[in-house]
Amino acid sequence: MSTTVQARESILGRLRATNISDKPPLPDVKAWFDAHRRNEDLPQRISRLRTAMEAVKTEFHDVTETDWPEVLLRVAATKGIRNLLIGTNTALGATLEARDLGPLELLRYKQPIEAWRDILFDTVDASLTSARSAVAEIGSVILWPTPAEPRLMSLVPHIHFVLLDAATIHSDLHSAITSEGWKDGLPTNALLIGGPSKTADIQQTLAYGAHGPKELIVLLRHAQGVAP
Amino acid sequence: MSKVIPIHAMEDFKERSRNVLNNPGQRKNFRGAMDFLQAKRKGQFPDQEEREGLRDLGSAIRRYSLAHLPRLLEQLEENLTANGVQVHWAETPDQANAIALNIAQRVKARHIIKGKSMVSEEIEFNHAMEAAGIEAFESDMGEYIVQLAGEKPSHIIMPAIHKTKAEIAKLFADEVPGVAYTEDVDALIQIGRRVLRRKFADADIGLSGVNFCVAETGSLCLVENEGNGRMCTTVPKVHIAITGIEKVVEKLEHVPPLYSLLSRSATGQAMTTYCNLISGPRKPGELDGPEEVHLILLDNGRTQAYADEQLRVTLQCIRCGACMNHCPVYARIGGHAYGTTYPGPIGAIISPHMLGLESTYPLAFASTLCGACAEVCPVKIPIPDILVRLRNEAMAQPESEDATLRGSGVARTVAATAVWGVWSQVYSRLGLYKLASWFMSRGRAMSPSEQGAWTRSRTPLVPAPKRLRDLLKDRKS
Repeated sequence: MSTTVQARESILGRLRATNISDKPPLPDVKAWFDAHRRNEDLPQRISRLRTAMEAVKTEFHDVTETDWPEVLLRVAATKGIRNLLIGTNTALGATLEARDLGPLELLRYKQPIEAWRDILFDTVDASLTSARSAVAEIGSVILWPTPAEPRLMSLVPHIHFVLLDAATIHSDLHSAITSEGWKDGLPTNALLIGGPSKTADIQQTLAYGAHGPKELIVLLRHAQGVAP
Repeated sequence: MSKVIPIHAMEDFKERSRNVLNNPGQRKNFRGAMDFLQAKRKGQFPDQEEREGLRDLGSAIRRYSLAHLPRLLEQLEENLTANGVQVHWAETPDQANAIALNIAQRVKARHIIKGKSMVSEEIEFNHAMEAAGIEAFESDMGEYIVQLAGEKPSHIIMPAIHKTKAEIAKLFADEVPGVAYTEDVDALIQIGRRVLRRKFADADIGLSGVNFCVAETGSLCLVENEGNGRMCTTVPKVHIAITGIEKVVEKLEHVPPLYSLLSRSATGQAMTTYCNLISGPRKPGELDGPEEVHLILLDNGRTQAYADEQLRVTLQCIRCGACMNHCPVYARIGGHAYGTTYPGPIGAIISPHMLGLESTYPLAFASTLCGACAEVCPVKIPIPDILVRLRNEAMAQPESEDATLRGSGVARTVAATAVWGVWSQVYSRLGLYKLASWFMSRGRAMSPSEQGAWTRSRTPLVPAPKRLRDLLKDRKS
């Protein structure tokens, strides 16, 4: 028997040998969230998400179905962004590819990371991904990376643009994971992102741009006919 | 190899504490940091009803998880395995290091990049890897600073809390090639970012801890602010996660309340920047993420705590550090004085299971029992009760039914046992009590001027000239 198998048997054996007379019932997490959830409409949820994320230096821009590429290009120009990493065969990518982007170069995440790791780390200025949804209460966007929009797109480039549909903003994390049925089919990696990376490890002084993006820019897309 | 800095005697702990108490600079760092963290936490819990309700819920989830621990560990293993994660079990730090080393040697790893993991500190992972010729590099900014200085973390959440920015500026100027002295915190962080980006790109293995293991989905949940945790678990070809066996919860919906309690209690944030839920290695078609994911489940004394009804609650801990942030003793002596991987109140109650009571019993006495730790604990661990229990264990007669831990009875001495024996006789027999108190009050001039630790900074204790019963008699007559 290998050491780890032996260790497994002894650990589980010791745990099972402990007689626990008073086993507490399964906690009713749903009841607690139901009782404490604020019944807010969409504008209120949007406002709470923005307030929480802007407090940790996230930038928000209201966009529509049609004008988001213009807004993105304008912001990219003011920040001096030279290139933008986009997903492969995504609707967002196709929209951008169909436009005249001026000096902005589009890069695509087409090969496994091993093939171009140094290029990704050393030369990519910014990236654009979609968000799956968001959580107002804790001020976070939710990303489920895919082969088309891999994990490192939201981590390595210095600036991360994320396109979020306003209608997908949940009230709290519990309602997000239950209404989206997370437990029945999680991807290899699911992410909550609350802002640009940060640290207060030097004398409790907050500094942004620790290891992940230095800037997080949310393009908040409102449905046609809904005023921001 | 792989032994945590030992505390061999009470005197070592006292000496280390005295050294910090005599260092005004260090005391100022700790005081400032504790005030900052206390205020941040308080700001996150404006509603007392909500806070207490959430603490009750968090505590209930942790108690439920522990009550079903063996079943949940098996369910976790089954679902992780189905997701393609390899699960390993280790009873001791040496076994855990051997498992990691085996993986490292199989993939011919030279460089390991580490996310924050207190369990890796607990098993002295870096030393074990270095002894085998493999570099283990810390990537959490605080851990990187501490490693660069050749020190150990002094706090479980903010490892470099004992250092000022001037000290870090000097450290970077001295140790990082091509860096000029600067006290600008943004500039210092950018130096760390530059150095560590190269390390992430070049590492063969990423090592991380885990905040919550989810049994029903076979997932590992990691929370952080810096992004180094995501780097370590995404960039290298192999990801090894290491955690204690107590970190499992049954359902994914158990995570949101615990996550909220953890973020708010630890650093006073509504939530951390990143919550990273990993449910398997890279799948066919995916372009990044590790090709292998391993989880090492470590016992190291946790089953000893589990076996005892009262001590089992120590395993409810979610490692937020709020107890140390609010401890009057920790605030004055800092983390290094404790000499254990986990300092502060929580360290005092979990370290005896990892290292034995022989070397750790002084920590149970380093408390005023003020109760601040229990009041802020997000999962309601009654820390003072356990400190008292450990004091009793340290004084217990070995082999008796009061002695249930490794090292019970370590602090028991013939003299103390005799003194308390006499005390117990006198206080349980009225005649004897009257006689003894008569002699004490009449013989007060003979009270010793040296009364051990009491007189080191206080005037000697002298019995009153008249007993209470004499005073009452005088009033009646």
